[in-house]
Formats: sequence, structure tokens, C-alpha cells
Amino acid sequence: MRVRLRYTVTGKIRFLGHRDVARVWERALRRAGLPVAYSEGFSPRPKLHFGLALSVGHESLAEYVDVDFAGPVDVAVLPLALSAHLPVGIEAVGAIAVQRSEGSLQSVVDACTWQLRCTGVSADALAQQAAELMSASALEATVTRKGKAVTWDLRPIIVSLDVSPDTGGALLDVELATSPRGIRIPELVAAFAPLEFEARVTRIHQWTTVEGSRTEPVPMPPQISHALERAS
Amino acid sequence: MSSIWSSLEPLLERVQRPARYIGMEDGAVVPEQGGDAVSWLLVYPDSYEIGLPNQGLQILTEILNERPDATAERAYAPWVDLEAELRAAGLPLFSVGSHRPAGEFDVLAFNLSAELTFTNVLNCIDLAGVPVRAAERGLAHPLVGAGGHCTTNPEPLAEFLDFVVLGDGEEAVGDITEVIACWKAAQADRRELLVELATIDGVYIPALYEPLYSADGDLIETVPVAVEAPDVVEKRTVADLAEWPYPRRQLVPITEVVHDRLNVEVFRGCTRGCRFCQAGMITRPVRERPAEQVRTMIADGLARTGYDEVALTSLSTADFSGIGPVVEGIMDDPASAGQVSVSLPSLRVDAFTVGLAGSIGQGRRTGLTFAPEAGTWRMRQIINKLIREEDLYEAVEAAYSSGWRRMKLYFLTGLPSETDEDTLGIATLARNCVELGRAHHKNPSVTVSVGGFVPKANTPFQWFGQNTVTELQRKVYMLRDELRRDRGVQLKWHDPKTTLIEGVLSRGDRRLGAVVEAVWRAGGTFQEWSEYFQLDRWERAIADAGLTPEYFANRHRDTDEALPWDHLSAGLHKDFLAQDWADALAEVGLPDCRWTPCYDCGACTGYGIEHVVASAVPPAGGSQGTGQQVTSDLGAVPVRLGPTSGGAPDGSAELHDVAPPAVAPALVGVAATAPEQDPRT
Repeated sequence: MRVRLRYTVTGKIRFLGHRDVARVWERALRRAGLPVAYSEGFSPRPKLHFGLALSVGHESLAEYVDVDFAGPVDVAVLPLALSAHLPVGIEAVGAIAVQRSEGSLQSVVDACTWQLRCTGVSADALAQQAAELMSASALEATVTRKGKAVTWDLRPIIVSLDVSPDTGGALLDVELATSPRGIRIPELVAAFAPLEFEARVTRIHQWTTVEGSRTEPVPMPPQISHALERAS
Repeated sequence: MSSIWSSLEPLLERVQRPARYIGMEDGAVVPEQGGDAVSWLLVYPDSYEIGLPNQGLQILTEILNERPDATAERAYAPWVDLEAELRAAGLPLFSVGSHRPAGEFDVLAFNLSAELTFTNVLNCIDLAGVPVRAAERGLAHPLVGAGGHCTTNPEPLAEFLDFVVLGDGEEAVGDITEVIACWKAAQADRRELLVELATIDGVYIPALYEPLYSADGDLIETVPVAVEAPDVVEKRTVADLAEWPYPRRQLVPITEVVHDRLNVEVFRGCTRGCRFCQAGMITRPVRERPAEQVRTMIADGLARTGYDEVALTSLSTADFSGIGPVVEGIMDDPASAGQVSVSLPSLRVDAFTVGLAGSIGQGRRTGLTFAPEAGTWRMRQIINKLIREEDLYEAVEAAYSSGWRRMKLYFLTGLPSETDEDTLGIATLARNCVELGRAHHKNPSVTVSVGGFVPKANTPFQWFGQNTVTELQRKVYMLRDELRRDRGVQLKWHDPKTTLIEGVLSRGDRRLGAVVEAVWRAGGTFQEWSEYFQLDRWERAIADAGLTPEYFANRHRDTDEALPWDHLSAGLHKDFLAQDWADALAEVGLPDCRWTPCYDCGACTGYGIEHVVASAVPPAGGSQGTGQQVTSDLGAVPVRLGPTSGGAPDGSAELHDVAPPAVAPALVGVAATAPEQDPRT
């Protein structure tokens, strides 16, 4: 059976790279004694399928991984059972069984919401620049992909930009589409030039569309959602 | 104590691989600091990825943290990008667990595993905010100590270290802690502390010794200058590994490191007697861990860590009594569900070994690595690696027929009295191995890895003048030309330039302190990494100190010459080493004393200890490194092996005539090795 797990990445552990996060998950599943399915062949690997990679240094309340199990597992107890074996800062918060026909995480997620806790900039200046970006018909930017500089129009990717005041600067809530192509947060920040600011970045949501309505691949359980709000 | 985390955190946004600075390893203990406890910071002077798996550091951290009178944390050399950020921000070296400044600890203790990390030791001391020279430190500064294999000759670092632990550290760190705790309570001066430390077995205090040189600049002897300091400091040896089942909680790093797997040390020491191998000489006698304890450590370790790979570590793991049942036990354990793979680093070259490797074949299978070390039987007798050609071919044949397609062969070049015929023997062996593979596969492939030999202190080859860079390069190119048409053989070699500096440092004296300091001050850190190694920087520093690399590395030494490490004992009698050196040149092999009568090398007799070996006879299958066919009913193996039928030339003449005192540097070969990914190469 395939299980879709939602997890959070907060604190120091945000400096861990995507590949290392995958290895942490493999070990946690083994330590929890869960019957993970392995690939066939010369070098069998546990069958884990991750969604969009999280950049090193970013936090997240909405990361996902699909795990294939060779036998039945109790989905309801999975998050607690796994969190006990995950490092501090990575916490499994929800799990649902999914059909393999539902498509991979990378293919079903169409947008992400990010929160940037910005310092070194005022909310007013940021809001003004955000409004200009949103009213532009095109935003040409040069980004680097696979070692090559390419020029893209960022405007179709930016779904929304919302600015609110925050102690020490401003909060910037951003929704970015994953198609036609993904952009990275520093590339978005660069689009605010000449404004320059530092930001602590958190992915708040990943979105998917099911039968025309927008939803999350695994909803955040309300009690955890409240706890995170109190903590922040 | 304070934490620098809040200042460090923003810097981590800007550096490569920041996860190596956040600690958080599973199994790590972050002790409460404060009170009277002696606080140790154990430092590995290379990157986190290289240093984290170091078992010595992990073992000692655990042992210290179990003591009520001590606490211990770990630190690693920050990579060059973070070092620049730290210096720009005025931040010090820090412990990776709690991010406390290194200068706030009572002791900074370095692991010295490789000579080329010496400049990093200075850099770490300096980054801690501590004067690099021991003589300039005061009451406000931590004590700076070192342990590890390079302390068999610590003289190039003597001026920077307050204390050095020779041999096994398990017991010594406790003794040192007690002395420091008393001293802290008494508020005495630093000199008193050093004198007190000098009375502990295995502890060497460089400041209490003085080297005397002749007018020509040759060392006459190194003498104690305090009555409390013994004439010769003896190494410390743990008698029974069963009493030290450490690490109990091996660290599982959150970010990938080298040797990223469960490591269980199955025995310490090796008496195969390979004459080039420093590790085998200085860690004697053989002390096996009881098989039952090994099983427990494996089962508990796998369950706790979630690793899917376990390495059984030692200097020659196939020699462990009952290795077969232990390996089968892991493979058959239902808890591992067939997903656990076993790796056996440092394998012997024979069919038994391949059978062993074959039994772990169900799991993931990598290449097989054998280390014949030399290309001809003559040469292998000289280095006492008594592997017959048949052993290698039987091993290779067994490997091909059990499904392996790729093999790696390790060799040394620049060995004592090596002729071009010996060097070219490497090509012949490799070619024959490929030929054997043709019966099994269309395109069999053998990788030949050649390192230049570096003679090390406390080995029979400590008097040998290492090959020059030019000579080593010539030999490597000769091999390359010879193998040009052999498509099945891939030749790889180590850079002879780094080999030269490794050679200078491994047998150098205190005058090299100025050289290490000058190279460090010129920015020469991370010298183990080819992208940062610059030979000319070393050459300049050596010349500025009025020295030459040839004097330390390439010059042949007489056996009556004073050696910089004569006042330090790794347990081996100097006359035993000299006899073994003479035997080497006479092409006489020496059997493994584990299964034959003692020849009094000193490692047991000197300390009233013995081998701890479960089986009285070696396992069967091939020659077992004895040069003679061994069968299971043969029992103990032959005594001294005579010269080969070709008639050995006279030893000393051989040395001086055939191997000119100008030859090459190299990686030291430590028995056979498993294929490891070392990011530095």
C-alpha cells in the first residue's frame, strides 16, 4: 500500500539538504520496524517518493513523501510512530492511504504558499514594490538552470503577494505556481530590486486541485496547526 | 558556558553544506557544563565528513561523558568558507553539539590520523583563540593534547602540544582527567600540571624533553629535562577489548559522511607483520572482541541506528576467529529482513576471504578489493606480505565465478630494494587477473591503484630512504606505458608530491615545527585535499628553516642513528625492528606470531600482556599470508621462511646498490581495503 505523509521541517534541521532528508527518512522507517517495500535488482532501495525539494535553509509546515509498504500499516498511528524516530525538527504530522493511480506528488502539486519573514525593509516599501510587480504585464529575469543563464518571465508564476507589518520588518506571503516552471525564493527576492532584504523562509502550504477544488495533499490536523501558531 | 549559535546561524545561510555544523547526530550527548567537571573538546582536524566516523573520537567522548568528573564534546575543522566567515565575524572554533567556544573548554584534544592534517591542528588551536605555541599559553588557556597513530612520532608538533597520549586512549583519558581535576582544585601553575601529567603511563609531555643536535645538525638524542619525566615514554595498551564495548551508541549523523554505516571493531592489533604497515606494528598485540559481544553490538547497533550496512572493522577482518559464523548470523537474522549488507574492509588475499565475501553477496554488492601490495614474490617477501601468486589467482578466480565483475588491486611502489622488474610485476599480475576473468565475462575489468611508499616511524622500514618524487613518477609512468595496450586494466596512482611531504613529517624532528607553522601561516590548511595542497609552499618553508626534504624523507638512515622518536616507545624493541629490517633485505619472511612461537617484538612481553585470540589455528583456504598452502588439519603454520631459490643477494648491498637514496613518497598501505569513497581524491 502507498501512504502519503505530511511532515514539517523547523529549526536547525532546516540546514539539511534534500538527499540527507531522504536518508533520515529511510533510517526512521527501518528503526520503527515498518514493512517498507524495497526496489528489486542489484541495489535494492526502500521505495520512497518525495515531492518538491525544499531548499537548504528553508523551513516548512508542508513537506510530503509517499512511502510504499510491502504489508498493511495502521495509517492513523503512523505519524506518531515515525516522529519518535525522526530527528528534532522533522515531525510527521499527517498520513493518508493513496492509490498509486493518483499520480506522484510532483505531478499533482500545482502551487505553494511561502511566508518570508523579512528584515532590513519596511512593510510600506515592500508593499509598494509588491503592488508594482503584480501590476506588471511581464517580469523578465535571468536565472541559472543547469549551469546556464536563462531569461524567463516570472510574472505568470507569481499568483499572489501579500505584505503585512512584522516586528523588525515585514511579513511577505507569496503564492507561486509550479508551472510552467518553478522559481526559487532568492530569485523572487531579487525581483524586488532595488529593495534588498534578508528573509527567513517557510513553506506554509502545497496545493493540489481535486475535482476543481483546491486542497492540500494531506491536510494539517487542526490540533497541530494550533500548536504551531502558538509556537510562532 | 555560552553558545555562539545565534551568531553562527546567519553565517550558515552562506556556506557550503551547513548541515555539518549543526550536530544533532543520533546518539550524541550534549553534557551539562559547569561545576568541577573537567571539560574536554575532542577535535578532529579535518572536515566533519571525514572526522565524524572516527571511532577513536566517538569512543573517548562516550567514556569521558560516563565519568562524573568529566564532560566531552566534539569539534571538527570548519571548511574554508566557514572559517573565513568566522574570522570576519570574530567568532571562534565551536563544539558541534552545543556550539560552545572551544577556548572555554579545559582540554582541546586532537586526533592525529594523518600527517597532512598537522597544519589544520594549528589552525584549530588559533581559531579557538589559544596561542599556537605551548610555551605561550597561560592559566586562562585550555590544555592542548593529541592522540592517534601519528603520535608515534609527534615531534613536528612538539612545540604546539602540551601533552600527547601514546597508544590506546581508553584508560589514559581517565587518568588525565583525575590529574587535571586535582590541579584545578589546587589552582596550581601550569608547569606543575605538566609535571604531574608526565607521571601517567602513556602520557608524553614534549616541554619536558629537549633534543640535542650535533654541530652538523644531526640529532644526538632527546633527553628529559625534568626528573619526573621518564627517559622513555611507553605506549598505553588496553589488555582486553571485551572490557571496552565502545562506542555503545555509535553516532548517526544527519548528513552523509564517509564510512556512513554501523562500525563494529572486531579486533585491535595485527601480527601479520607487514613491514610497511605502521598500524600493524604499533597496535600489537592482537586483541579479539568475543564473538558474542560482536553479535550483540551488531544487533543492538542496527536496531538503534536504522543503518542497513555494518562494517566489521580491524586491520585484517578475515583473520577474526569465527568470522564465518558471525557474518552468517547477520545475514540470517530475520530482523535484518535480508536488507542489511556487511562490509569487510581490509581483506586478506585468498580464496577463503572470497568465500566469506560471497556469503554476504545476497545484500548489495560492491567491487572487491585486494591488496597484494607488490608485484613479485621477491618483493612480497621483503615487505613480509606473504601472498603467493596462486593465492591471488585463486581469490580472483573465486570472485569471478561467484559473480563479481570488477576488482581493485592495491599496490605500493618505491619499496626497499625495488627493481624495475618488481614494479613491472604489478602489470603482469593485473594482466593475468584480467585473463582469468575472460573465462567468465566478456569484458572483465581490473583497477590497479598504486601508491608511493612512505616509511613510517616504529616500523622495520623506518631507516629506509623513501623514493624521490622523480623516481616515483618514473615508475608510475613506466607502469602506465606497460599497460597502455591492456584495455582491461585501469591504472590509478597517488600524487607523489603529497607523498614527499607525508614522508618528511612522518619521520621529521622538532625543527619541522617552524615549517608546519610557516605553511599554516601562509594559508596552507586542508593539505589532505588535493585542491589545497601546494608543494612549493612546503618547499619554501623547509628551505627557510634551513632544512631539506631529502634529509628527512629520502636519506637512508643507519640503524645506529638517533631517531626523533627514540624517547617514545610503541612497544617494539628497536633491536627487533633492526633484525626485521635485516631480514627484509635478506628476503626472509616472518610468520604471524598469533599462531607460532613468540619472537619477542616487545609488544606483549614489555607490558605483561598477551594476544587475545579465540582460535589457536588460522582458518584454511590459500596460504593465509604464510606463503605456504595451509589446510585446516595442518594447524599452526611454518616457522621462519628461508630465502627463495633464486638466492637472495646480500641485504645491505641490495639496499644501497639497487635503491638509490632518492626515491619516492607514498600513501602508507594498511593491509587490504574495501572500496571507499574518499572525497579528497
